[in-house]
Amino acid sequence: MSERTAATTDSDASSTDDEPKRTEVTSGATAVIRALENAGVETAFGVQGGAIMPIYDALYHSDIRHVTMAHEQGAAHAADAYGVVRGDPGVCLATSGPGATNLVTGIADANMDSDAMLALTGQVPSDMVGSDAFQETDTTGVTAPITKHNYFASSPDTVGDTVGEAFALAAEGRPGPTLVDLPKDTSLGETDREPGPARAPETSRARTDPDDAQVEAAARAIEQAEKPLLLFGGGVIKADATDVARKFATEHQIPVVTTMPGIGSMPEDDELCLSWAGMHGTGYANMAITHTDCLIAIGTRFDDRLTGGIDTFAPEAEVVHVDIDPAEISKNIHADYPVVGDAGTAIEKIDSEMEHSPDAREWREQCLTWKDEYPMDYAAPDDEPLKPQFVVEALDEATPDETIVTSGVGQHQMWAAQYWTFRDPRRWVSSHGLGTMGYGLPAAIGARLAADDDETVVCIDGDASFLMTIQELSVAVREDLDITIAILNNQYIGMVRQWQDAFFEGRHMAAGYEWCPQFDKLAEAFGARGWTVDSYEEVPDAIEEALAYDGPSVIDFHVDPSENVYPMVSSGAPNGKFALSEDQL
Amino acid sequence: MSDKQTGLQGPRPEERPHPDGRRNAQGIRIDPKAESEHEPRRTVLSAIVEDEPGVLSRVAGLAARRQFNIESLTVGPTTVEGHSRITMVVEEPDPGIDQIEKQLAKLKPVISIGELDDDAIRAELVLLKVRGEDPDKVHAITEMYGGTTLDAGTDTITVQLTGDERKIDDAVDAFRRFGIIEIARTGQTALAHGAKKTVPGEEPGTSGEPTKPTTNTQ
Repeated sequence: MSERTAATTDSDASSTDDEPKRTEVTSGATAVIRALENAGVETAFGVQGGAIMPIYDALYHSDIRHVTMAHEQGAAHAADAYGVVRGDPGVCLATSGPGATNLVTGIADANMDSDAMLALTGQVPSDMVGSDAFQETDTTGVTAPITKHNYFASSPDTVGDTVGEAFALAAEGRPGPTLVDLPKDTSLGETDREPGPARAPETSRARTDPDDAQVEAAARAIEQAEKPLLLFGGGVIKADATDVARKFATEHQIPVVTTMPGIGSMPEDDELCLSWAGMHGTGYANMAITHTDCLIAIGTRFDDRLTGGIDTFAPEAEVVHVDIDPAEISKNIHADYPVVGDAGTAIEKIDSEMEHSPDAREWREQCLTWKDEYPMDYAAPDDEPLKPQFVVEALDEATPDETIVTSGVGQHQMWAAQYWTFRDPRRWVSSHGLGTMGYGLPAAIGARLAADDDETVVCIDGDASFLMTIQELSVAVREDLDITIAILNNQYIGMVRQWQDAFFEGRHMAAGYEWCPQFDKLAEAFGARGWTVDSYEEVPDAIEEALAYDGPSVIDFHVDPSENVYPMVSSGAPNGKFALSEDQL
Repeated sequence: MSDKQTGLQGPRPEERPHPDGRRNAQGIRIDPKAESEHEPRRTVLSAIVEDEPGVLSRVAGLAARRQFNIESLTVGPTTVEGHSRITMVVEEPDPGIDQIEKQLAKLKPVISIGELDDDAIRAELVLLKVRGEDPDKVHAITEMYGGTTLDAGTDTITVQLTGDERKIDDAVDAFRRFGIIEIARTGQTALAHGAKKTVPGEEPGTSGEPTKPTTNTQ
């Protein structure tokens, strides 16, 4: 331990004096670490184990900060969130067998949300692969469907460049996870081949500059629209195209809806912003997307949670679809005007091509009317249990505008997205496509390490979601990470309970938790600070104290177990028929 | 659950305006009175891929998980060392064929991919083992379809046939009356007709310059 501490101190000293030191390449493992250093990696998340030991040994002298997580799934989620906030791929490490399989949920999560991530997995020696050796799993076989690409590193001479390529590929074009499987003989094998710069493979270079004819056709369509609507997806944020997209919306005064992954691409307090659309999106966003005559969709894959039934999605709209990934165009919703390319570049080109803005004054007024007709106001009587929406708004009020919010999955996630006002990209960090309960806490750890020290990180979780990865709280304590965790505790897998009430006549099978831990005491047992809140008057003080505490803090808000998330579009139903109460389902 | 006021304010679903338009299952706007979907059609796709471990399972796995209907698939080396050709016969509506091309193009080992025209040269090879009680007639049918007898014993005769799908299907039907004991079909492989490139990427001496043509959807 003292030797480790001394090494860390030496590293800190040297890093302040000059550029980060580079690992000397003597083996496959040191080539791997050198490749990460060349790529500018500063932090990695992982769990030690037998087959990955040579990589960890090479990491020993590197300036790359390693965060030991409590479970490999947590490592993947932390790396995912780190990449979302930072913009570069996050890195996670795991050993072979159960280490690699524990990553699978996190990798699939990154894949569904197009989050850039590099996973490095240990593997048994090459001559044992296929023999069902101890802790052997066909990691490349298991992860092929959930990665952009994965690699089996067969030689110490090439492993460095392979890792560099995998890192670059994760961020190239449409981002996503990549994985390099590292057999122990490759890691231990001798080499002096230094890896070059990280470069994406030739066959994966994305087309960033859209076709002029496509741009021209799209511009003509937008000009002629009477009810134009911009749909900003997660791709606007991934492409760092937020400024360009906002300028386009403002310049042409086109209303904007976002997808859930696109939250923050448009300030939600901007008059043009109708917030997010889809299953639990605002009523006004869903009205707009149902009645638009020209939907300008940027960086989105039109998933079922956004569209509801395809047959009634934007049924009278011409669709302009801008996407970096040609495979997403006309995959679910036919694009009348496809534009393949980088979001920012495409928007700028369309803007340049346009000769006039669409004449949409009446349409804008209609959108504002819908905002008035379908407010997100909720009742919060003092004599009834605490409303979760109130908690979210109180947290939002108590924190700076640029706060980073992570969440688990379920009702609390919907309330967080609905009642927090987001103004900037890379502030809302959540699991959208895969919907992984338990994402929130490890993501907060990754976000904390990616964020500037003066930025606030809040995790809004549910009781069931929090319990799935609660072990990562030990990491937050050990690393002394200042994050505030708010548990909207309704003693249910609340979204499931809501569906059981609506569609299973209230038969609450396996959705209720008759007993929940006392999360404040559990937090204290971990070495964090804990609060319990039962009433409205306790809310502000608890939040203020938790935010002031310099370290991980957990507030257990006991909220109304029967509160439902509205609006709600039934699966496959038209977006325009969103329910505002249970009797409307 | 309770009589308590829950939910949000606003007009009820039946009080709101709803547009008349519709989309079909492929997400294309349609006239509601003329409900229509694209009919499936059979076509041949050809891809040049890097010859690396696992590429076939990546291609087949992608087709399986996206529920593409693949009828046959062949793979073999090309004139460029390290590059292979995969030929697939698929049956999908036009949007599905477009999706197969674009999804496969995303895979790192895929260098180029394209759909062949109707005039492409298509062929497959079949090994067919039939009962040998009537050797003279078996040989006559074999000659008629341009086949080759590979093995002739007292009990069985094994023949090899090559040709396009129709020819092979006709031949198999003809042999059926002798009693087919075993059959192995390679599935179709194909090249573009004449001087046309099947897909870019196979050009002796240019293996260092892979191309991946942009698929423009329209």
